[in-house]
Amino acid sequence: MSESQTSMEHVTDPHMADHPSPRKYVNVAIILAIVTAIEVAIYYVTALEDLLVPILLALAVIKFVMVGMYFMHLKFDSHTFRRFFVTGIILALCVFGVVMAMFFTRGGPSPLVGG
Amino acid sequence: MSTHEAVAPEHHTSTGLDNTKLAMWAFLGSECLFFGSLITTYLLYRNRVMSGPTPHEIYDIPYTSVSSFVLLMSSLTMVLALAAIQRGDHRGLRVWLLATAFLGLTFIGGQVYEFTTFVEEGLKLSTSTFGSSFFVLTGFHGAHVTVGILMLLALVGMSWAGRLDPASEGARKVELIGLYWHFVDIVWIVIFTVIYLVPTNP
Repeated sequence: MSESQTSMEHVTDPHMADHPSPRKYVNVAIILAIVTAIEVAIYYVTALEDLLVPILLALAVIKFVMVGMYFMHLKFDSHTFRRFFVTGIILALCVFGVVMAMFFTRGGPSPLVGG
Repeated sequence: MSTHEAVAPEHHTSTGLDNTKLAMWAFLGSECLFFGSLITTYLLYRNRVMSGPTPHEIYDIPYTSVSSFVLLMSSLTMVLALAAIQRGDHRGLRVWLLATAFLGLTFIGGQVYEFTTFVEEGLKLSTSTFGSSFFVLTGFHGAHVTVGILMLLALVGMSWAGRLDPASEGARKVELIGLYWHFVDIVWIVIFTVIYLVPTNP
């Protein structure tokens, strides 16, 4: 089959039919770029020093969720895929929590914001 | 103009889901633990600098921000490549895949430059626990990006050779490698915030 013929076909995979349009992908990318710009701008605002960590973490979560939901299609695909990924994230957070808890009980410096 | 639709074959599995995609998600779930452990280790050690420069002294936030933006945009070009093959547009697929690989290479080039600068400023793998945990974490991430670039270039080669048939498994292959690429991007979102932007001891 020639390439010109192929390019005229519309491939329909039932599992991919619900994927967003290229325009939607571009819109998501614009939002991600704006959130990144806000992150960097906030880093230099001394008035927000006390709130810097929670704001940065919240913005990172927004970006993480948007890439996962739209670019990785977790919003549109089977929930089974989401469960696999979320399980990994929860286990990673458990490792983080357990290690930090052990570290704090030994009187180490705070891993977040100075120490 | 022919506009007939080519339907990709259904996967007959006990779950009704594509096993290769399920395996990719299981792999990405395990990768969460891998990078989660490395990030945790970094957070434990970054404030324990007995010798050499501290994170506060050495990080160049504007420079890393540009690198982060480049990697973020590579996720856009990757989904546009997937959208192209779903339309059966092989030329578009190759253009977007090459754009993604180029952005990935730009990111890796930036990381090599950053590492070189850090070494010149006195931060090496063995300088301090901060140096060790930083280079291991970002180095492993860079290795993942490099593997992703090689897979993207392999896809371009397969497309050129006519081995990415959108009516069969072509779109699925692009989607699987796309998932890996987006994961690498997602990990960098966390690294950029937690490692570079969250303040440390001055």
